[in-house]
Amino acid sequence: MYAFEMERPTTVDEAVAALKDEDAQALGGGQTLIPTLKARLAMPGKLVSLTGIDAIKGISKDDAGRLCIGGGTVHRAIAEQGDFPGLAGLAARIGDPAVRNRGTIGGSVANNDPSACYPAALLATGATIVTDRREIAADDFFQGMFTTALEEGEIVTEVKLPIPEKSNYQKFAQPASRFPLVGVFVAKGADGVGVGVTGASEGGVFRWREAEEALSGNFSADALGDLAASADGLIGDMHGSAAYRAHLIKVLTGRAVSAAA
Amino acid sequence: MPKDHGIGASPKRREDVRFLTGDGRYTDDINIAGQAHVYFLRSDVAHGRIRSVDTSEAAEMPGVVRIFTGEDFAAIGGLPCGWCVTDREGNPMQEPKHPVLAHEKVRHVGDPICAVVADTLSQARDAAEAIVVDIEELPAVIDMKKAVQEGATKVHDDLTSNLCYDWGFVEDNRAAVDEAIKSAHHVTTLELVNNRLVANPMEPRVAVGQWEKGTGDYTLYTTSQNPHVIRLLMGAFVLGIPEHKLRVVAPDVGGGFGTKIFHYAEEAFCTWAAKECRRPVKWTASRSEAFMSDAHGRDHVTKIELAMDADGMFTALRTETYANMGAYLSTFAPSVPTWLHGTLMAGNYKTPLIYVNVKAVFTNTVPVDAYRGAGRPEATYQLERVIDKAARETGRDPIELRRQNFITEFPYATPVAVEYDTGDYHATMDKLIEIADIKGFEKRRAASAEKGMLRGLGVNCYIEACGIAPSNLVGQLGARAGLYESATVRVNATGGLVVMTGSHSHGQGHETSFPQVVADMIGIPEDMVEIVHGDTANTPMGMGTYGSRSLAVGGSAMVRATEKIIAKAKKIAAHIMEASDQDIELKDGQFTVAGTDKSLAWGDVTLAAYVPHNYPLKDMEPGLEETAFYDPNNFTYPSGAYCCEVEVDPDTGRVTVERFAAADDFGNIVNPMIVDGQVHGGIAQGIGQALLESCIYDENGQLTSASYMDYAMPRADNMPMFTVDHSCQTPCTHNPLGVKGCGEAGAIGSPPAVVNAVVDALQRAGKDVTHIDMPLSPARVWAAMQ
Repeated sequence: MYAFEMERPTTVDEAVAALKDEDAQALGGGQTLIPTLKARLAMPGKLVSLTGIDAIKGISKDDAGRLCIGGGTVHRAIAEQGDFPGLAGLAARIGDPAVRNRGTIGGSVANNDPSACYPAALLATGATIVTDRREIAADDFFQGMFTTALEEGEIVTEVKLPIPEKSNYQKFAQPASRFPLVGVFVAKGADGVGVGVTGASEGGVFRWREAEEALSGNFSADALGDLAASADGLIGDMHGSAAYRAHLIKVLTGRAVSAAA
Repeated sequence: MPKDHGIGASPKRREDVRFLTGDGRYTDDINIAGQAHVYFLRSDVAHGRIRSVDTSEAAEMPGVVRIFTGEDFAAIGGLPCGWCVTDREGNPMQEPKHPVLAHEKVRHVGDPICAVVADTLSQARDAAEAIVVDIEELPAVIDMKKAVQEGATKVHDDLTSNLCYDWGFVEDNRAAVDEAIKSAHHVTTLELVNNRLVANPMEPRVAVGQWEKGTGDYTLYTTSQNPHVIRLLMGAFVLGIPEHKLRVVAPDVGGGFGTKIFHYAEEAFCTWAAKECRRPVKWTASRSEAFMSDAHGRDHVTKIELAMDADGMFTALRTETYANMGAYLSTFAPSVPTWLHGTLMAGNYKTPLIYVNVKAVFTNTVPVDAYRGAGRPEATYQLERVIDKAARETGRDPIELRRQNFITEFPYATPVAVEYDTGDYHATMDKLIEIADIKGFEKRRAASAEKGMLRGLGVNCYIEACGIAPSNLVGQLGARAGLYESATVRVNATGGLVVMTGSHSHGQGHETSFPQVVADMIGIPEDMVEIVHGDTANTPMGMGTYGSRSLAVGGSAMVRATEKIIAKAKKIAAHIMEASDQDIELKDGQFTVAGTDKSLAWGDVTLAAYVPHNYPLKDMEPGLEETAFYDPNNFTYPSGAYCCEVEVDPDTGRVTVERFAAADDFGNIVNPMIVDGQVHGGIAQGIGQALLESCIYDENGQLTSASYMDYAMPRADNMPMFTVDHSCQTPCTHNPLGVKGCGEAGAIGSPPAVVNAVVDALQRAGKDVTHIDMPLSPARVWAAMQ
């Protein structure tokens, strides 16, 4: 780890101001950034910890019935909420207890690791990402591996998810990291069905629109029929070929539909 | 009633109290006033010529003490190899130089180029980043078969090729084996890979070197399974320091699994640099460094052919194996694919003709050496896989095919040079069938099918040669060291004992099990016996712990020393009680004169030994301390039968181990609980190899599975509850305890059971799959099903 300055603001405004410095980097729960620093793979001059900002922690519902989760809320709290069981199930299987007690949804969403779990749920539900300066639809937010619509120094303060009638997340763990080799979040809402796929694509998280269409008419695994996810652009590595990942997308989508509650 | 003390009892492990409460004292816990830290700048290319190394800027950086390069070691010895294998022509193997720091060339990713010594580790790392290394990259030699082709790039320019040796065993049998296979009723052929593994002990390697200016004495604290071996190898062959000026201490060690047997460059560097820098020098490996500098395990590519007659009797066996040595010869690397592998190819079976060919190959990868089981898992895996395939090809029951070929008469001299002293393979198979509830399999399979899962059952046997080993035999086979073990038993005046053993405990529980033996022999409580190990300054010269040898060899030395103690104590007791020492009996810590009511307590006699007021001083010296060196006259041969049941998810290829049973014959057992734990750990590592672990190099020699993000270690939730049994006991005939060793059995016996079970599940589902190479990852199993 290289030497760095550390600030721990208590308001979003202070944090935004602190992040204006060149080489400043926001630090959420640190479950990705700290290992990166320890491996000397990043050299920020200043870390701005967001963990002291109480205003971005906690879970509530807004007037539209959406689940509103502060960006600084840890996975464990999301796993323990009862309003959105599909999301609780997703959060309960991120990492291990130590990770879930430290890692935050804002950090995960802002990092957009191609194998992160939350982005699949955000896409499938049509969530909105709230920052210190604007609101961004999930479809516009996730722009590729580790790439988002966030500007320099922009902080994810809240995530608003419409609560679906039924939902489920199926994670097929990569044997070593236990990140999803493929993860599929299926959400059945009033306006249709969303299918978010993570872990599989070189382009990061994406929606499997053909499946959404098929399932919107008939929300059952059978509706997937002969539909096959394309292997084009999918990741092929020591843990599985692109064809294998494509196959898993279909299997997991079917399982998520069957298990959706 | 289970015993509550002594041999056969299961007292809890006394050392666990300190391990589980954070009071263990590991090498990294040792910090010496004034110590500096070293960071090794390692090659990030697999193969290249070092054009230049510019340390000028780095040397000026804050905190830097000294920076060393390969040039500094050019006049100092390289790391020695402890075993010379002779090839088919009778020539010694090709043995390359193994410099402490890379000189002229780098030969694998992780090869150390520079050592930066600084006040803090952070400063050393900062300085290392300022070093400019110019390397002319050369083609990486990765694939073993390509490596030995004509014209292949050479890993070592001064060798004639990348072939370390071409070993044939037994060479005189070659023609007869070829003929038997040619004329056989049926031949089953299997080509397979025994996957390369990274040992990954929980504690990474650490070394702290110290040099005392006042006395000229060196001390090395290191994470070793065998401190005396390190002292001899490093002192005599690398640094030229005589043993009386060099102390090597291996304190609490957090797991070894073989990879901490060997003498490593970092140990030699820290010891040497402590004098050069006039400061203690400390190195602690990061996990990333462990991946690219700890000796790896396995990595064999094998073709095996098994010939059978019309009745299913094995008539001949022939194997051809390419064994990866990596870039240099690690300490015992040449012995693993030869004498620890070829000699086990008979397995539990009376195959009359066997020929084993092994080509050891240099590649631009981390050196490969012994890993839990070392050679024997590779032998067991190929043999038990080919037998399973043969059973399927000829429509025979895999258990019955094994049974009809079992060796049943002992001692049995195999056609591959070893003589099994005892064993009862039908007994362990009978026990396995019972504890695995093989009869209930069909019912369980039907239940799995209800859930849409494919269930399979795999069985295999194993035999291993442990308690390594008779020194005169291994000497003939090329070992450059003896393989006896030692113990000094020191009885204190008030009756307590200290046993100083040449064995080393790094998870095996010696501090608990060894006292059980000594306390039982004397008839005193176990807490009167303390075990001292791991420090060359206070233990007799011993060869350390590996090859499941500690109790069989080290424990036997301890028994011999204790026997000497008892004999002397009886003479003292006889003198005091005015009787003949022939009439003295020792039981429950009391000396009695046979046929009388005269008795003396153990403590009375030990006190008399040190306060010899009434003592046979004319005949005997005072004191009660004895040393024994024990050199066995044969290996020991634990054996067993294992059964694995798996479920395969037909949609994803994911394999889960549902049941695992092990019936082992370890001879006599000292602490059944510790034996259970050893078997559990071994099976976990075996399942890890079979389903999860895979060390992968790409064609450029980059280690792509270089962290836990990609290298899958087995975890508790990958395991079922194990059913283990060691009630089948045919005691070893040639050591005083009748013990055989249990440390490696689980890792040797379990991989074929897992693979056999997966192939069984797929075949029952109508899939034409005869083999899948380990690890049986979901992607591989799914691909095989397509």
